[in-house]
Amino acid sequence: MKKLITFTLSLFILGATFAQLPNNVSIKDIDGNSVDISKLNNGGKPMIISFWATWCKPCMAELNTISEDYDDWVDETGVKLVAVSIDDARSTGRVEPYVNQQGWDYQILLDPNGDFKRAMNVNNVPHTFLLDGNGKIVWDHNNYSAGDEKELHEQLLKISK
Amino acid sequence: MTLKLLFKTSILVSFTGQVFFAQNNSNPGVISGNVSSTVQYYNEDTLINAAEPDHKLGANSFANINFNKGNFSAGVRLESYLNPVEGYPQGFNGSGIGYRYANWNNEGLDITVGNFYDQFGSGMILRIWESRQLGIDNAMDGLKVKYNPYKGIYLKGLIGKQRLSFDDGLNNGNGIVRGLDGEVNFNELFDSTLANSKLKVTIGGSFVSKYNDDNNTPDFILPKNVGSYGGRIAMRYGKFRFFGEYIYKENDPYPDQQDENFNYIYKNGEGVLLNLGYSQKGFSVDLNAKHMDNMLWRSTNITVQPTDLLIGYLPALSTQHTYALAGTLYPYSPNSRGEVAFQADVLYKIPKKSKLGGKYGWDIGVNVATAYAPERKFINDDSTARKSYTTQLFNMSDSLFFRDFNITIGKKINKKLKLKLQYLNFVFDDRTVLVAKNHELIFADIAIADLTWKISTHHSIRFEVQNMWTKQDQGNWGFGQIEYSYSPHWFVAILDQYNYGNPIENQQVHYLLGTAGYIKGPHRFTLAYGRQRAGVFCVGGVCRQVPASNGLTFSITSSF
Repeated sequence: MKKLITFTLSLFILGATFAQLPNNVSIKDIDGNSVDISKLNNGGKPMIISFWATWCKPCMAELNTISEDYDDWVDETGVKLVAVSIDDARSTGRVEPYVNQQGWDYQILLDPNGDFKRAMNVNNVPHTFLLDGNGKIVWDHNNYSAGDEKELHEQLLKISK
Repeated sequence: MTLKLLFKTSILVSFTGQVFFAQNNSNPGVISGNVSSTVQYYNEDTLINAAEPDHKLGANSFANINFNKGNFSAGVRLESYLNPVEGYPQGFNGSGIGYRYANWNNEGLDITVGNFYDQFGSGMILRIWESRQLGIDNAMDGLKVKYNPYKGIYLKGLIGKQRLSFDDGLNNGNGIVRGLDGEVNFNELFDSTLANSKLKVTIGGSFVSKYNDDNNTPDFILPKNVGSYGGRIAMRYGKFRFFGEYIYKENDPYPDQQDENFNYIYKNGEGVLLNLGYSQKGFSVDLNAKHMDNMLWRSTNITVQPTDLLIGYLPALSTQHTYALAGTLYPYSPNSRGEVAFQADVLYKIPKKSKLGGKYGWDIGVNVATAYAPERKFINDDSTARKSYTTQLFNMSDSLFFRDFNITIGKKINKKLKLKLQYLNFVFDDRTVLVAKNHELIFADIAIADLTWKISTHHSIRFEVQNMWTKQDQGNWGFGQIEYSYSPHWFVAILDQYNYGNPIENQQVHYLLGTAGYIKGPHRFTLAYGRQRAGVFCVGGVCRQVPASNGLTFSITSSF
């Protein structure tokens, strides 16, 4: 059975193309509305999708740092940032208060059981993706240390030309 | 055997062939996946009780490979534990396939066969999930159907067995779990009138039942089918938010060797979660209350490891602390027999450019959480109905399990410096969680300072100091860490944890650990060498003790 699956997969790999958003995931936004991930878009402009949690220090550092320059980024490129919280029942209640305390102008999605996270092959948070206007993932980064936002900004400017 | 394999192969080839070539002119499909691996090489270190196992090396590896084309997707996870890293729960051995599924969705109908994860409501009644760090995986193996028949109406049904262990492949438990969940979002349902209403209401209801006859004890007749049901409501009105959920579980007797009052009792379980929040820009209040009694919910009724075959999830009403001393020495986990718990959380931002706030403002957070044993009235009916005791909702006894009071202050000092200060005060009853060696109330104070200095665009240094003061258990601890990062690719860190207050003098040990990492896009490599302190990881009502170790750890994660 194992060999079979390996074989099947190697067949599949022949046909691989660029990664994009999954089409069988639906999660909720902070208002309780269902959001079909395949319909997530920014009207032909780039989009940043960042997986985070209220218990993840580097995640919050990253999103807070971007938040300081977010208005400029939006003016330059029209980008939209979607912050996907993977907090579960223990801490989902803390998401909205934290977002409001920090005054983030991002779209916030809740992924308490990791459906979107799994579909995006995210091992651990923070994991940030940059999508071009066609919804193709053009860059991603699995870490945050101070200064990493510069590289994201450069990549963003590159695809917005 | 070979013939059979050949036959299967040909079927598969023709199947995959069809997938490919029939639509060869369009998108051939997308492959994606991820790999993660942790390899540890152990040194013996008798001082910290770190053993050197015979095999000297532990390696846990995972690879997910997913295929997607149009409305169809399928995938597998290959897992390998050669040998499992020290401290991982039992039941993970060898290499093989631990997870495989196929999914098809169209026009609001979504069908998954094989393995899947899911959650109903807050997860109290059903949460099928995995955490590789903790060694939790209760994946279902069966069928899941989701259907969205009309706008705002969401239905789910599932049936399957749960993953129990891994031995060169997936081993499921014997119990069968069956569940139904429905949810109505009124604002989506009546979108012509309510789409822009300030009031938003969603209601939901769940029914989950399990069938198992694992336990054929001669002493009791145990129910083979056990049901659980409940409802939930989520409301918002402007800046206010409310969530409530109630779950009832029918009697589900299981062995409890520690306390005869809970051993094979024919008592129902009850769980209530309430959350009320107010939140506006710069200020929020969040209040939580929980009553939970006899809600341990598994697809078996024999004694298994704490993390095995769990159907429901018992959330802790407390902050999950991320700083080392606060996070893993005395982490609170809900008492699985039951508890009444409360939490209040206030966040405030002193505005930027105000007199008090200065140029960048201040972030202030205050959090209080407590948990008590429910007031139980024991009825001594062991020889008759064995209901054992009665409880009333939110009626708590004066026996404190846990209290956590903490204040966090965050301040951006200037363009280069960011400071975070935290003070925590814990009262922790070790009898509920069994973390320390002695059963007693532990009183601990912890102070933390975390300073990030951004030297230039790509260079930064982070300093972290922590201290814990306690007269109980292992006494005082100190912690220091320096981390240098060269963005976006490199970091090195060195940290020391020092148990200077240990009452046993030769146990006043330094745990020195060096770490280095390289990150390139989705690829991450880290190398750590030194001593790692024993710690406890708790989640969803279960805790796992990770023993101290000494050695080299290499880990890699990557996705494509």
